[in-house]
Amino acid sequence: MKKWLKKVFALAIGGTSLVWSGLAQAVEIEYWQYTYGSRVEAIDKLIESFEAANPGITVKHTHFPYADYRKKVAIAVSAGDGPDVVQLYYGWLNDYREGGLIQPLSSSAFPHAKIEEEFFPMVGTMKVDGNYWGLPTAVRSLALFWNKDLFAEAGLSGPPETLDEMVEFAKKLTKKDANGNYLTVGFAVDTDGQDHHWWREVLIRLYGGQPYSDDGKTVAYTTEAGAKALKFITDFEATHKVGSNGFMNRGQDAFAAGQAGMVLDGSFRISKFAKTEGLNFAISELPGHDGNRFNFSSYWVNGISSKADGEKKAAAEKFLQHITSDEAMQLWLDTVGELPAKPAVALVDANKAHPLYGPFIRGLSYANATAFVSEKPQRQSLIDAYDMVVLQGADPMAALKKVAKAEQEVFDEFFGD
Amino acid sequence: MIDVNATMARLERARPGTVILWTLLFLGGVVMITPIVFMAATSFKTGQEVYELSIIPDKPTLANYVFILQESKFMRWMLNSLWVATFSTASVLFFDSLVGYTLAKFDFRGRHIVFIAILSTLMIPTEMLIIPWYMMSRSFGWIDTYWGIAFPGLMTGFGTFLMRQFFMSLPDELIEAARIDGWSEFAIWWRIAMPLVIPALSALAIFHFLGNWTAFIWPLIVTNDPDIYTIPVGIASFNGEFQMDWEIVMTASCLATLPTLLVFLLLQKFIIRGIMLAGLKG
Amino acid sequence: MANFWNKFTIKQKLAITAWLFLAVPLVFYITIRFYPTFEAFYVSTLKWNLLGAKKAIGMKNYIKIFADEDFWLVLWNTIKYALVGVPVSMLIAFVIAYWLNEIDFGHDFIRAMYFIPFLTTAVAMAWVWRWFYQPLPIGYFNTMLSWFGIPQQPFLRSVTQGLYSIMAPAVWAGLGFQIVIFIAGIRAIPRSYFEAAEIDGAGRRQILREITLPALKPTIIFLTVVSTIGFLRIFDQVYTMSADSAGGPLNSTKPLVLMIYEFAFDEFKLGRASALTVILFLILLVVSLVQLWLMRKQK
Repeated sequence: MKKWLKKVFALAIGGTSLVWSGLAQAVEIEYWQYTYGSRVEAIDKLIESFEAANPGITVKHTHFPYADYRKKVAIAVSAGDGPDVVQLYYGWLNDYREGGLIQPLSSSAFPHAKIEEEFFPMVGTMKVDGNYWGLPTAVRSLALFWNKDLFAEAGLSGPPETLDEMVEFAKKLTKKDANGNYLTVGFAVDTDGQDHHWWREVLIRLYGGQPYSDDGKTVAYTTEAGAKALKFITDFEATHKVGSNGFMNRGQDAFAAGQAGMVLDGSFRISKFAKTEGLNFAISELPGHDGNRFNFSSYWVNGISSKADGEKKAAAEKFLQHITSDEAMQLWLDTVGELPAKPAVALVDANKAHPLYGPFIRGLSYANATAFVSEKPQRQSLIDAYDMVVLQGADPMAALKKVAKAEQEVFDEFFGD
Repeated sequence: MIDVNATMARLERARPGTVILWTLLFLGGVVMITPIVFMAATSFKTGQEVYELSIIPDKPTLANYVFILQESKFMRWMLNSLWVATFSTASVLFFDSLVGYTLAKFDFRGRHIVFIAILSTLMIPTEMLIIPWYMMSRSFGWIDTYWGIAFPGLMTGFGTFLMRQFFMSLPDELIEAARIDGWSEFAIWWRIAMPLVIPALSALAIFHFLGNWTAFIWPLIVTNDPDIYTIPVGIASFNGEFQMDWEIVMTASCLATLPTLLVFLLLQKFIIRGIMLAGLKG
Repeated sequence: MANFWNKFTIKQKLAITAWLFLAVPLVFYITIRFYPTFEAFYVSTLKWNLLGAKKAIGMKNYIKIFADEDFWLVLWNTIKYALVGVPVSMLIAFVIAYWLNEIDFGHDFIRAMYFIPFLTTAVAMAWVWRWFYQPLPIGYFNTMLSWFGIPQQPFLRSVTQGLYSIMAPAVWAGLGFQIVIFIAGIRAIPRSYFEAAEIDGAGRRQILREITLPALKPTIIFLTVVSTIGFLRIFDQVYTMSADSAGGPLNSTKPLVLMIYEFAFDEFKLGRASALTVILFLILLVVSLVQLWLMRKQK
């Protein structure tokens, strides 16, 4: 081809592409979460609806195995990589904040009044130093799963409503063989599961105490309430002999195998039990005490990473608004089975009366989320205290004092600098 | 190697005891493989039956295998693992032998220090090294590449140690003779020394292949794209925050063990002879 | 060029060739292994949570570690794993190797049965063992104990039994490797030694004590050190099997590597984790150097 013609051609193409790039100014943002079938599906659907409503923005969806999600995100971000919108467990907020991984949500895009009005109060844990740092799409709470067949066999008509009933029912549900070994446990205690949340946010409060000081900096469970709460859990195994920590590996396994009358777990467990053939189960709200009820909720939030700025930040904010909208939450409930983070969506009659989700949703109204400094060592407190009492015969208050000391150190180290 | 007459004589003398011995050892072997039989049995069970802990499932099902092979990228992951493990093993066989040979047969100042230094690389858990490796991979664009997964394992202290021991047992005269004949050092290593240590090489090959096949942490960190996951990373993606479907995990483990098992059975004599000689040189 | 080369003595030429051969590998080791290791050692003097700023705090991490009573428990656990695991596995391996060596028929097949566990995934196997340890009526071990009228044991749920319960699968997996090496070692002993002893009328036990075992010394030393390093670095089994996946109950099964892992990736206290890594490294280095010294004496 003639040289000059080539030049003209090149200029024409170059010029046109410049014009095109100006027009099709597609901003691409990246969203990270951990890999789980239904969650991936839900986000993909939300991305579809988002991109349709916002033609100038594309969202790249990346997900990693849960096993090392946190590690992976941390390493990637510390190297300067990373998403624009990232999903993180609410308990990691402090680390991510201090590490400069996420930025506070701008109050123009996310007015505080609106947040406080629309979301469940537990969202308050996301507010630090006057700023909100992330918003959840969905939350979880705890409830009591009970085996209808085993209850019927034991002549019990319904689930326990109070702590005392819980113990009573458990005694009737427990079956042992000729040598006194458990065949069926009344209540599948599992300190490695959700029980530590139950102890911390529900039992202690039911007995009139609180786990931590109001400012969240001091351990406050070395009280009579705390000791009573610990004794309540350990009594299942130590005194009443209606349960055994670690029976059939995990509480959920014992329950799924039809060898536990009751187990305490989160809403995420519903699909597993629902898939288990022959398991005739029902769900009820956590038993109360002295006319009170409490619950524990946890959630994953979506935050905007500190590397997002300018156009990307604007796009990220739009996406965040989209995935925390009312429609998104209902979609999430339907697809993933996690509870909506807004009362308006959660507490509609259809959802409240739902046979499976209902008790969890109703429990949200009186749920607290623990402001963890670092969940793993704090979780260890109940696990160790339980073992001290059950395996070593320690006195509950003495065990509590020991673990409280260790936990307070975690707090002190964190708040100290 | 085995003196037939002496062996026959010994067998004759020990006759009744031998049967008992054989039976005991056989039973011991059965005990050894029981957990594995279990793992295989679980892979044929439904999620419900997992808790029944029977060796033969009541309702055997291939659903788990179907799930893994069809609905996930397992075959793709198998391919990735195969590529990386083979490439890495080839590199290790070449370089570890070269270094081992050099440390064994060349006398120069600093050889001991180099040896100890390389040996000391065995003493750091990889968890502590992945962060610098990640920075490196990022700077050079190695994320989501086979090279990125493989580069930390291209040479190993263990392999170098092993080959060094082997080369040390080769008679120096052989090498001297070749030198006098005018062979280049490289040719001596490649054409004379290496063929003499083939059992060791095959032992090293299986050890390294196995280690690479099951490596998890680093491949997890350096890959984002599920298409490039290796098998352990892929298997981990089945498990959620609260879900751990053990029948799937067992099935995946069975599938993942198959290639190494096949390689082992094929090269058994070769390898075991190699490992045995490693023990002698140790 | 050839003249330049010939100016060196043979010894020097060989040295240069050696360094040439080592050139590429050394670059590899320095950039990929040594440099990151030094960085890790340097991090042990910092306070760093991976995402934020690094703060230099000198030896504070080490002081905190030595003041932590959990650390001493974990250190003792780690030593226990090796102290018990190595002799037990070597003893079992030797006994089996010794008798297996006397079998010719089906030798390969039986040997394969002992070796295959070595090829399995630690995680999958640990889970299977966890089920074996369950209390009655599910757990196999307790079921077998009940046949002999022995009361059932808590195994993993016990502060005293936990560590040994977790050690068992680790021993089980490594047996095949040790057995095969022992067989090789025994077979390498010259036949003439045995024939001489038999002519002298020596009994089986005497032969074992005076000929077989001494001749196996290099093998025993090799296996001892390799197994020791392996047990001191135990992780997978503990992570999968311990009562709360964290070395429980009450830290009774936690080894050093698990502690490092937790500090690094559960609590993001990289400085502390690095300091523990340095300590582990020193322990492993000392163990290995002792072996090298012992082996040198053999020559």
